[in-house]
Amino acid sequence: MIEFITDLFANFWVSLGGKLLLVALMVPLFGMVFGFAEMKLSAKMQSRIGPYFAGGRWGWAQLIADGVKFFQKEDLIPAAADRPVFKWAPIPVLVGTVALFVVIPFGPGLIFYDVSVGIFYALAISSLSTIGVLMAGWSSGNKYSLMGGLRAAGQLIAYELPLVLAVVGSVILAGTMSMSGIVEAQIEAGYPYVIFQFVGFGIFMIAALAELTRIPFDMPIAESELVMGYVTEYSGFRFLFFFLAEFANMFTMSAIAATLFLGGYWLPFIPESTLEFAGPVILMGKVFLLVFTMIWFRWTFPRLREDQLQTLAWKWLIPLALINIAVTAVFKVAF
Amino acid sequence: MPGMGMIRGLWVTLSTMFKTILLPKKHLATVNYPKEKETPVPRARGVIALDQDACTVCMLCSRQCPDWCIYIEGHKEEQPPSKPGGRVRVRATLDRFDIDYALCMYCGICVEVCPFDALFWTPKYEYSELKMGEMLHDMDRLQDWMETVPDAPALESQ
Repeated sequence: MIEFITDLFANFWVSLGGKLLLVALMVPLFGMVFGFAEMKLSAKMQSRIGPYFAGGRWGWAQLIADGVKFFQKEDLIPAAADRPVFKWAPIPVLVGTVALFVVIPFGPGLIFYDVSVGIFYALAISSLSTIGVLMAGWSSGNKYSLMGGLRAAGQLIAYELPLVLAVVGSVILAGTMSMSGIVEAQIEAGYPYVIFQFVGFGIFMIAALAELTRIPFDMPIAESELVMGYVTEYSGFRFLFFFLAEFANMFTMSAIAATLFLGGYWLPFIPESTLEFAGPVILMGKVFLLVFTMIWFRWTFPRLREDQLQTLAWKWLIPLALINIAVTAVFKVAF
Repeated sequence: MPGMGMIRGLWVTLSTMFKTILLPKKHLATVNYPKEKETPVPRARGVIALDQDACTVCMLCSRQCPDWCIYIEGHKEEQPPSKPGGRVRVRATLDRFDIDYALCMYCGICVEVCPFDALFWTPKYEYSELKMGEMLHDMDRLQDWMETVPDAPALESQ
């Protein structure tokens, strides 16, 4: 029986279909799990309970109920909206997120496809969502959405550079751009790269928060000023795409940070033979810690103004990242 | 030191989170409505009740209402004189006294301005309806609300 299954999945097309199915299941699942975690944790930080009604005392079915609710809503498109662009705007955002799942190593050999330039591919694909945001802001036919969309474009483009440069330090230390290669280099070195690359880690987390347009960088959405910014005119399942894309992207950015800086699926004192089973659990633990930090920052800090945001990116993070690369390169050659 | 405010803010959020998770009874700011309900404070403003016997149809509340949500109609009735052979007395009686709670903004000007103490605040707040038209409370419904009016606080001399 087991042989039958392994032979079946040795066929390229069957394994491809299986992988696609798995990714298609994982994206909404992680979106819902982390969305629910955000609802509950943010509630506790504000001295309230959070969802408690849907699905018994814990309220775990709240986001499933929300998903069903969004799906059965009327598909409203404003009369002044640019119809084809409006309909297609969620697609680049979702694609930019889902395509990142491909290069996350969940365990030794447990990666959907080990691209040899893994991290380069990941950063390139994640910048696709900028176009989706611009499309959404422009096609909504609403000047507030347009303002939100343009602010978003400026912010997302500005923070691409720190994101990319922060990663280079880790790549220099590992000597390879492949994601599973970087984890294996950390296993060989015996320590997670965050010990030396703490500057890079900090810059990556700040830039990731800005790429996700989360508070303190949520000028594009600016919930109290622009209603929902570029997402204002979206309702029903189109809004669900943006919503899920944000939470799934939180997962992927945290997973990339965990892989590059925190050692991925490896912990120092875990025997390597168990990593095939314990690896995904360890990675999820690290991802959850990083997602918790993102949620914590969201509910603590006020919002940065657009010019403060840009100053931070161009005048502080990029020079810091460049210095980090220079110092790392010197240390790599010297020691 | 720059950044200390941010760290203190982070500590506040984190400690609130742990306090709410571990000691909910003491730190939770919300109640599990509708299973538990908070008791309103003594002078809480819920719905407004009408004492029909006290009303003389002077129309002051209707005129002073900023939203014009009180609708009053009345007529004059003749009543027997107080002494035989005296002047016929005239009494104004209510035909219609409706308050439209879809418009009411709970400012309390009508209660304050009534010279005959016919309008009272009650702390009841659960009267939402599925149809807007049913938010108009008529005379009898307003009289029924009088049962829920709390007792007046004791006077200082008593």
